[in-house]
Amino acid sequence: MSESRIPASYMTPGSSSFADFLASAQPDLLPGRRTLPMGDAAGLAPHGTTIVSVTYAGGVVMAGDRRATMGNVIAQRDIQKVFPADEFSCVGIAGTAGLAVEMVRLFQVELEHYEKIEGSTLSLDGKANRLSALIRGNLGMAMQGLAVVPLFAGFDLEQNIGRIFSYDVTGGRYEETAFHSVGSGSMFARGALKKLYRDDLDETGAVTAVVQALYDAADDDSATGGPDMTRRIFPVVHVITADGGRRLPDAEVAAVADRVVGGRMRRPDGPIAELEA
Amino acid sequence: MGFGYVSPEQLMKDRADFARKGISRGRSVVGLQYADGLLFVSENPSAALHKVSEIYDRIAFAAVGRYNEFENLRIAGVRLADMRGYSYDRRDVTGRGLANAYAQTLGTIFSSGGEKPYEVELFVGEIGDTPADDQLYRLTYDGQVADEHGFAVMGGAADVVAGYLKERYVEGAGLADALRLAVAALGHAGNGDGDRVIPVDDLEVAVLDRTRSQPRKFSRLSPARLNTLLGDRGATSAPQSPEVTAAEVAPSEVPPPARPQPPTTGNEGGEPPVAPPL
Repeated sequence: MSESRIPASYMTPGSSSFADFLASAQPDLLPGRRTLPMGDAAGLAPHGTTIVSVTYAGGVVMAGDRRATMGNVIAQRDIQKVFPADEFSCVGIAGTAGLAVEMVRLFQVELEHYEKIEGSTLSLDGKANRLSALIRGNLGMAMQGLAVVPLFAGFDLEQNIGRIFSYDVTGGRYEETAFHSVGSGSMFARGALKKLYRDDLDETGAVTAVVQALYDAADDDSATGGPDMTRRIFPVVHVITADGGRRLPDAEVAAVADRVVGGRMRRPDGPIAELEA
Repeated sequence: MGFGYVSPEQLMKDRADFARKGISRGRSVVGLQYADGLLFVSENPSAALHKVSEIYDRIAFAAVGRYNEFENLRIAGVRLADMRGYSYDRRDVTGRGLANAYAQTLGTIFSSGGEKPYEVELFVGEIGDTPADDQLYRLTYDGQVADEHGFAVMGGAADVVAGYLKERYVEGAGLADALRLAVAALGHAGNGDGDRVIPVDDLEVAVLDRTRSQPRKFSRLSPARLNTLLGDRGATSAPQSPEVTAAEVAPSEVPPPARPQPPTTGNEGGEPPVAPPL
C-alpha cells in the first residue's frame, strides 16, 4: 500500500479512547511510556500543592492554590492547577507540575475524542475510570519520584448531584462525600473543612469554605501558596452545576479572598467553631 | 463480456461509474455559508446514523454514499485532528490539512486497481473569524478537491438541488432564512414535479457557529429548535423512495445520459444486494 494515504490504523473502528489509540499509533506521545533510567527525579521538577473540593446543593466547587516549588525555591507564583476536563467536570492536580499538566491535556482530549467518535458523552463514572487508567499508566514514573495525583469532580447529570473522586498513584479511585483535599497541604485543608463545612452551603458559601481551607493549608505548608494580596493572585476556583462548569473570574475570587483575609486580620486562626455541636 | 484486455481508460471509467452510481442513490447533503458560519442540511430519517459530524473545534465533516466507508473516514478524521491538536496545539488543526489527507486516501484507493473504489463524497468545512475566512471543501470518490463558495450539494439529485439554490442563494443570510432555503432545496423535485415539504424528524441539521462561546463551534439542531426556525411550512409529505435520476457529480467528465436507476433488490445486473446508501 502507498504511504501517502491515511494509515490503516486510523481508519479501523474499535476503541473510542484517545489514549489507547496513541498507544498503538504513537506511543512516545503518552506521558507514562518513556523509559527512564533508575533514580529519583523528584528534586528535578516543581512539586507541591493543595487542591480542595466541596459539594453543595447546586453542584460542586474545586479550588487550587497558585504555587509551584522546587525544593526551597518558588518555581512559579501563579501556576494553574485546576482545569476543566469537559463541560461538566474538572480536575485538579497535585504532584509533578509538568507531568500533571500533560496528563490533564491528555485527559481533556480523551473525553472530547470519545464524545466525537461515539456521538454521546461518557457518564461521570466512565470519566472517572478513564482518569484512573491514565494515572495507572504513570506508575513507573511515580516510583521514580515523578508522581501525579489528581482530584476529579463533576456534576452527575443522571443523579443530579456533584460528586468528588480522589486517586492514589496506582490509579485507585475513591469516591468522597461532602469534601476532600489532595496535595502536600491537604491534611491542613481537610482539618479546616471538617469545622467549616455544613450541608446547607450555597455557591458563595462553598467558595468561601474552599478559600478558607486553602488559606489554612498555606498557613502550615510551605509548598502551598496563600492569596497574594499585593500581586492580586488568588486561588483558581471552578464551579460546576447542572448548567455546566465555569472558572470564577479573578474579580469574584478576589472579593471572597479579601473578605477571608479581612476576617483573618481580626482572628488569624480563622472562624471559631463551637466546642459542642 | 470476457476476460480480455481492458484498457486503463476503460478500467478507470468503470470504477468512476461504479462510485458515482453508489453516491447518486443516496440523499443529498447541502453545505451552505450563512452569516454566522456554515450550515449542513440533509434528509436523514435515521436518528442513529449521522451524515454530518464534528471533527474539531471549527471543522465539520459531511458525507454521502456508503455508510461504513464514510464512517471509517470520519473516525480517521477525528483521530487525525485530535492527534495533531494534541501533539502541537488546537490552533494548528486546519480543514485544509484534513482535506489533503482525505484526498490522498481517496485518490490512492481509487487509483490502485486492487480495492473497490469508495462510494463516498465528502464535505470538509472550516469556519474562521469572519465569513471571508470560512472554507468548504468538496472531495469526490477519486480524491479530487474542490474549494466551494456560498453553497454546495452532493449526493442524490445534486444538480437539481444545486440549481434551486443557485437561483435563490443570498450571501450573509441569517440562520432561519438559510435553513428554510436549504430544506426547500432538498424537497425540490426537478422536471416540474411537486416540491415536497420534508418533516422535521427526517432532517439532520448541524452548524459551525462562530458566535458560540465555547471553543467547539459545532452544534446539532434539535427537532424542537428546527420547528422554531422553520415555522409553519404547510403539510409535510412522506420521503421519496431512494431511486433517483443519475446525477453528475464529477464535473470534469462527460455526463452520461440520464437514466432512472433500478431499485437495489436481488441480483439485478450482477450487483450484490446492498442496503440503500444514506
